Formats: sequence, structure tokens, C-alpha cells
Amino acid sequence: MDTAKLEFFRGTLDVLILKALAWGPLHGYAITNLLRRQSDDALLLEEGTLYPALWRLENRGSLDAEWGLSGNNRRAKFYRLTPQGRRQLRHEVRTWEAYAGAVAKVLGATQPPLSKEIA
Amino acid sequence: MTPTPIWRRYARLFGPDPAADVKDELRFHLQAKIDDLVTQGWSPESARQEAARQFGDLRALQQIGVRIGEKMERGKRLKDHWNDSLQDVRYTFRTLSRDPGFAATSILILALAIGANIAVFSVVNALLLRPLPFPDSRELVWIAPPPTGCGLSCATYSADAYEEFRAQSRAYQDVTGYEAFTTPDNFRLTGRGEPEPATGIEVIGNFFQVLGVQPAMGRLFTADEARGGPQPVTLLGNAYWRRQFNADPAIVGQAIELNGTPITVVGVLPESFDFGAIFSPGAKVDLFTPLDLKLEHDWGNIVTLLARLKPGVTVTQALDDANRVAPNIYFNTKYPETLGRYKGNLIPVPLKDYVTGKLRRSLIALWCAVGAILLIAGVNLSNLLLARAVARAKEFAVRGALGASRGRIVRQLLMESLALSSAGAALGLGLALLLIAWLSHQGSVALPLLGTLRIDGQALGWTVLVAISTAMIFGLLPGLRIASGNLQEMLKDSGSGAGLARKHEPLRAALVIFEVALACVLLVSAGLLLRSFVKVLDVDLGFQPGRAASIQVEYDDSAPTNDARRGKRGEIFQQIITRVSAIPGVEAAGICDFLPLGPNRSWDAPVPKGRTAVPGELPEPLVYVITPGFIHAMGIRLHGRDFTWTDGPHSDAVVLINASAARFYWPGEDAVGKILMRGKEEDRIVGVVDDVHEENVEGATGSQIYYPATQQQPDWAQLVVRTSMQPASLAASVLHALRALNPKQPAAEFRPIQTIVDRAVSPRRFFMLLVAAFAGLGLLLAALGIYGVISYSVTQQSQAIGIRMALGASVGHVQRQVLVRTLRLAVAGMVLGTLVALAVARLISSLLFSTLSWDLPTYFGMALALLLVAAISGYIPARRASAVNPMEVLRSY
Repeated sequence: MDTAKLEFFRGTLDVLILKALAWGPLHGYAITNLLRRQSDDALLLEEGTLYPALWRLENRGSLDAEWGLSGNNRRAKFYRLTPQGRRQLRHEVRTWEAYAGAVAKVLGATQPPLSKEIA
Repeated sequence: MTPTPIWRRYARLFGPDPAADVKDELRFHLQAKIDDLVTQGWSPESARQEAARQFGDLRALQQIGVRIGEKMERGKRLKDHWNDSLQDVRYTFRTLSRDPGFAATSILILALAIGANIAVFSVVNALLLRPLPFPDSRELVWIAPPPTGCGLSCATYSADAYEEFRAQSRAYQDVTGYEAFTTPDNFRLTGRGEPEPATGIEVIGNFFQVLGVQPAMGRLFTADEARGGPQPVTLLGNAYWRRQFNADPAIVGQAIELNGTPITVVGVLPESFDFGAIFSPGAKVDLFTPLDLKLEHDWGNIVTLLARLKPGVTVTQALDDANRVAPNIYFNTKYPETLGRYKGNLIPVPLKDYVTGKLRRSLIALWCAVGAILLIAGVNLSNLLLARAVARAKEFAVRGALGASRGRIVRQLLMESLALSSAGAALGLGLALLLIAWLSHQGSVALPLLGTLRIDGQALGWTVLVAISTAMIFGLLPGLRIASGNLQEMLKDSGSGAGLARKHEPLRAALVIFEVALACVLLVSAGLLLRSFVKVLDVDLGFQPGRAASIQVEYDDSAPTNDARRGKRGEIFQQIITRVSAIPGVEAAGICDFLPLGPNRSWDAPVPKGRTAVPGELPEPLVYVITPGFIHAMGIRLHGRDFTWTDGPHSDAVVLINASAARFYWPGEDAVGKILMRGKEEDRIVGVVDDVHEENVEGATGSQIYYPATQQQPDWAQLVVRTSMQPASLAASVLHALRALNPKQPAAEFRPIQTIVDRAVSPRRFFMLLVAAFAGLGLLLAALGIYGVISYSVTQQSQAIGIRMALGASVGHVQRQVLVRTLRLAVAGMVLGTLVALAVARLISSLLFSTLSWDLPTYFGMALALLLVAAISGYIPARRASAVNPMEVLRSY
């Protein structure tokens, strides 16, 4: 599968960003790196997608931003989860797991359902 | 993440910059990627190209970032503002609750002033601003001749004139009117136990349609009923229906008995329609019957006219139309010579102007008075806030030193005055509700639309407006004053803030002078109105209202011929008067058809014998048909003789005339014994009576003529009884005597004549009382203001006073000094106030009655009252000043 073309499902991006920040404050570049490494290079996040999502989350109050210094002493904007963001993360993880489980069940089916039940 | 070094913190020294933030953030990302690529072995140049390629459209991304950033910044600013405000509110409540005395005083002062303003606004709104309670009420016009001296008969029109005017006019959708010569209690409701009096009015059939009044139940009159109809019908007023018939809905379609005749109730009028409130203030009308114009053609002027203009037609156009029509109108179509009698006498004015136009000036004066009250209260608030602000100077200095901006401190002070004025407005609204409830039930005050008084959305809007503007104007002054001070100086200042207080003293003194001047203007105005009212009460009415009372008498004089009727009527009246005069305590009794200060009428002008008169040259005197004894019972002075029972249908025709008529007919001569010609009939004048105020108390009087009831036809019978006791105590025995003679006599109201006079002067009394109350309030507030300033400065100067006393100043000396200071403020205010009052008094001179706008006693009275109040409000702090213990003061150093 061509990893670069792996599309993000609608709504998945937010939960991934929130999850990435669950470990501590990060700047945008670090978030892309973290997601790439944790997905074993499967998820490649484009800047054009990441930053609008970050700003949107900040505006909504899920994230807080602060300027700080990066590892190589450059000024960078660090994002951090707010309590509201943490709540959102918990909620979206649950939704995602339920969704993924349901999809997996359907796709993993080995025999058709009884005709009576779907009629 | 390492914290930002200190120098980096100033990157956004000049406020947030979302665009730069986005740029920085994206540049960092790009740089980080290039660094990574270089570490992976790319050459710096190709790494840069690769990173840029991966990044895509940088500019579009930046734009998105800037947009979101700006939105966020706006939200943040709003939130900060909100938080600050919340903090201010919390702080305000804390500081105010720390000083409950100050808060309570200010709220009370503001409540009184704002309450008065709301109440007066509601009155002005009900009477002046709000349209009349009819649909499209601006189209309604009242049509009347210019005012003349011959009373209601010259202000009304004949049935023929009405019909021709209606047919020929082109300006109106429709024209209507009602019978103007109605007296209270002209009907009696019978067939339901004891006969009960009722007031009915005859209206032209289309009356309610023209006004746009829909019945609450049943229907209005049909065209057929308006022309006499198959059976008599009536419409009930809502209040009467509730009172007399317990709001019984089954009454519609039933017959009730009026004056012994069954009459069908076709409908009940809505609660919103109150005939009395609009057309006859201070009197109630119970029921309505259609006026059959056919029967009225020979009755002369009997109807008042009102009409509804066609949409888009102006009152001026209607006047032109009326002037075009007037020459073609007959007084009575049977007599061609009466053509054109109404030339120049058909003048339409907006109905609203007719109803409330006369009150405009009084209401505006009242509005100004409460405005002045609000100013005084506001100045007081300002002064109190200023005093407090000075006392809190240190607090502000500390807050300033800790970083609060001046704007923030001003805002804090504004918030405090807003909290105070809001609380004051809430309490004031309560006071206004009470006042309005009381006013709207003053049924005896002859003011129109008083019953429609209520606190509505507009009044609430006015309240909010008044509260906010008061807070803004009077909170801003001390706020700016404090904020303009030097914070460091305040911090350095010793605890008492004495230096600062001295700095504000001229401002505070100016404010006090201003409010004393306003109070002075109010007092002068109220004084002038009070003087006018006293003068009105002193007017020689021509009769003695005290200890006299009247009751409507029911009688049946039906007989085949006029002479027989006169004879029968004479007997009935003589019996009644003999019987009533026998009641212990009755000094005199007599009957008249129209009482003074009520409706009236006139007949054709009589001519002195031997003179030929051009029509219109002689006055048309107001006509009264009376019995012997009436002149005495009313307390009217008489020169010559009264009528006697021997002046009967067959004896010589006799009349009494009033002094004005006598002077007009025979100037410089005694009129007694002279002859007046009534057509071809001769009337001998047997006596001349004093002029009676027939139409109003304040106006001039015209000609009046009295005929004996045994020789002319009275319209009704009002029995007047003069007594040596309280008139009310006779009510039962008089009614008993009348019932003994005529069981059909209804339990009509036994009205002291004084109430008629009271009702006539009630609008003046009403305005005078309100203005006087406001002046009293203004005086009280000004006194509080003086007290506040003097008392405060005494507290501030207690050290200096103590030292002076230690150096030998006597108690009297210290007191005198404080008092002199007080009086200096008061006198300065009075001088300023008197100058303004002179100008204001000229503006209200049309509201005064035989009182000059520079009436000296009023000005002296005002000066005395103000000086006295100022002296009292200065004496209290003066006493406190002299009670300063010099030893304590010295020890405190």
C-alpha cells in the first residue's frame, strides 16, 4: 500500500493530534515526526493539513499554545492539551474504537447473516 | 520545552500579532525539516528545495493561519473584557456592602428621583405621547366652533347641520356625534328592586363604527335602530355591566327597564372603551342609546361632531373642505334664513388635541420638574461618590501602582454608580408602580385618560435609559476627577487625604450651589402654582358651595297641554320643596335644571323692550329654569325679589338676570322692573343676581338668565338643599322624603355642591400637588447635599478646628464659622436659582392664575424655606465641629 496516499478519514486527524499531545507539549514538526514513527511510517501528515487542524483545535479551546525553545534552541510554538482537550481525546478514542470494531466485525465476517434477520 | 528567555518575552511588546506568529511557526517547521534532511545526508541547497516542495502552498496556509489567529484574538479580548467586568462587579458589591449607609442613602435618593421620573413619564405617555385607544386614532378629528361665551349651545350643532355636513363633506370617511346635553344620573334602572340611577348618553347610530370600537359581546346599533327602529335598544358600558349586572353574559338580547320602559341590550362595549375618560373626564357614562335624529330637528344645537378623516387627508385640507361646505348648511332646513349660520364655525382639530391639548403645558412643566429632581439627585450622587473617592484615594493609588490603568479605575467608579443607579431604578420602579396605581384610580380628577395609566414597555425603556444615563453622567465626573490626580502624590499623602479633599472642595461646592439653585427654581415654580391654586379657591363663584348638596329628582308632569303641564309641575315641585324644607337642619331648598360648572345651554337672544337688535349683536345668555328657593339654597346674592309660587302659568312672565346681562342691556341703570322680549312675549325682570361661574372656575362669566319652572320647561330637576349641618348627613332623610312623594325616585347620589367645585379645580390641584411634592423632594435632596458637603469638610478639618479651639476659639465661634460657610453656599445657590426661576416663571406664566411670575411673597417664602433648611443642615455638622475635643486632637499629633 502506498503510504503517502493513505487518506485520513474525516475526524481521525483531530484524535491523532490530541493523542500525540497526550505525552506532553510538542511543536508542529515534532507532532508529524511522532505520528510517523508511531505508525511505522504509515501515516505521513502533510503540513497543509496539520497546521489548520492545530489552529482550529487551539481556537476551540482543546489546545493551548505557548512559545518556547526547541531542542536546537530555536523559537517554536508548543501545543499542549487543555483539560477540555483531554476530555475530547478520551471521548474520541472511545468513538473511534467502537467504530473501528464495528467496521472490523463486518469486514472480518466469514459467512452471510441469516436471511430472516436482514429481510 | 525550555522556557523562553527573558528577551524573547518582548517579541510581542506591541500587542499580539497573529500574522507574525503564523509566519514564525511555519518558518520553524521548514527549518526543522531542512535540518533533518541535512542530517540524513542531503546537501543544504537540495534539502531546502525538498522541504519547500513537501510543504506545498505556503502562502495559502499562512492565510488560513492568520484568519484563525485573528478570530482567536478577538475571542480572547472579549473574554478578557468579560472577566474584567465580572471582577469589577464583584469588587463593586464588596465595596458597597462594606459601606451600607452610603449605599442605602444613594439608592434611596435615586429611587425617589427615578420613581418620580417613571411615574411622570407614564402620565405624559398616557396623556400626550400614546395615541388615543382607537384604531388609526390619528384620523379622528373633533369638529367645533371657536370658543364663545354662550356655553355648550354655541359649541354644538343642530341635527340638520349634522346631516348636511355629513352629506356634503368630502374629507371624511364618516361623521358622527353624540348628544351633548346629558346630566349625570339621567336614567333610572327599574324593575330590579329599588330604582337605581344610571348615566346614559345618546350617540348617533354610527358612533362606535366611526371610532372603530368593537363590542365585547353582542353587536353595535343597526342603521334601522339608529332611525328609531322597531324597539328601543341600548349598549352597556363595560364597567357598568360588571358593576350593575355582575358581568352576566346572558344580559345580551334581554330587556332591561329604564325609566319604566323595557329596552333591549344589544351588546356590551369592551373594557378598553371608556367614554368618560376621553369625552367627559372625571365623570362616568354607563350606557348608550341611539340618537334618533328625526326627533331632534327642532331642538336647536344638540350634537357635538367628530369624524374620521379619509386616509391621507390632512386636518388643514379638512378645514378647507369645512369652509367650503359651511355656507351651504342650514341651522334648520325649515327656515331658509338659517342658511350659512355655521360659516366659520366648523373647525376640525385632531381629537387627541381636543382631549389633551390643554394639558400639554402642564405636563411638560411636570416633566421638567421631575427632570430637575433627577438632576439634583444625580448631583447628590456625584457629590457622595466624590467624597468617597477622596476617602478611597489611597486604595486607587495602590491599585494604580499595582498596574491598574486609569481607565480601569474610572470603569470601576462607573460600575459603582451603575450598580447604585440600577438598584435605585429597581426600587424607583416599585415606588412608581404604587404612585401610578394610586393615580389611575383618581376617578374624581377631571383629567382624560387617567384610567389608562400603566407602566408599559416604553416606561421600562425610559427607566433603563434614565438609570444608565444617570450613572454615566454622575459617575463619570468623580471618576475622571480621581483618575486625573497624581497617584504618587496620593500614596505619599497622609492617611486622611486632607490635601486631596481640599483640592476637590471647589468642585463639591459648585455642585452644591448647582443643586440649591435647581431646588430654588422648583420651589419658586411650586410656590407660584400653589399661590395660583389658593387664588382659584378664593374666586367668588357667585354661589356658596359649602353646606349645600344636590340630588337628581324624578317627576312626572305629563299633561295634555303646556299650561296644564306647567301647573302640574309647579304643584309637584312645591310639594317636594315644602316636604324637604320641613326636614330638620334644612335651611333652604330649590330646584334647577342645570347646576353650575356642569353642562349648560342657551336659547335665542332676548331683546330689551323698545330696542331693535341686529342678530349676533346681543349675547345668548345661558338659561336656567328654577323654582322659588333655588337662589337662596345655592347661596346666590340677589337684588330684587326671588320667584314665588304665585308666578304661575297664568300670571305675568317673570325672569331673573345676572349682573353681567343687566350691565349689558341697561348699563348704569337698575334692571329690576325692565322688560325683556322673548320673541313676542314680554318677560319682566324681578331681580338681578350675581354672576355665577357656570362653565369653569378660572374663566370669565357671561350673561345668564333664570326662568321660573312654572312658566318654562326645565330639562331635568336638580334639587339643591342648603343645610346648617354636614350635607351628607341629610342624604337618607331627603331621599326618604322624595320617595314618599314619588316611589319611582331612584337612589340618586346626594352630591355636596363642593364636590362639583372640587372636580372643576381638580386638574389644577393635581398638578399643583405633584409639583409641590417634587419641590419638597428637591428641597430635601438639596438639604442632604448641603449636609453632606459641610459635614464632610468638618470631618476633614477636625484637626484644624481642634487646634483652633486649643488656642482659645470659643464653641460659638467654631459653630458660627461652619454655619456661615453653609449659608454662603446656600445664598450663592439661591442667587443663581432666583435668576433662573425668574426666567422659568415667565415660561409657566400661562399656567398661573392671577399670580405674577415675579410674585414677591413666593420668592420670599422660597428664600426663607431654603435658608431655614440650609441652616438646619449646616447646624448639625456645626455642633459636631464644636464638640471636637482639643486635647484629643493635640494628642493625636
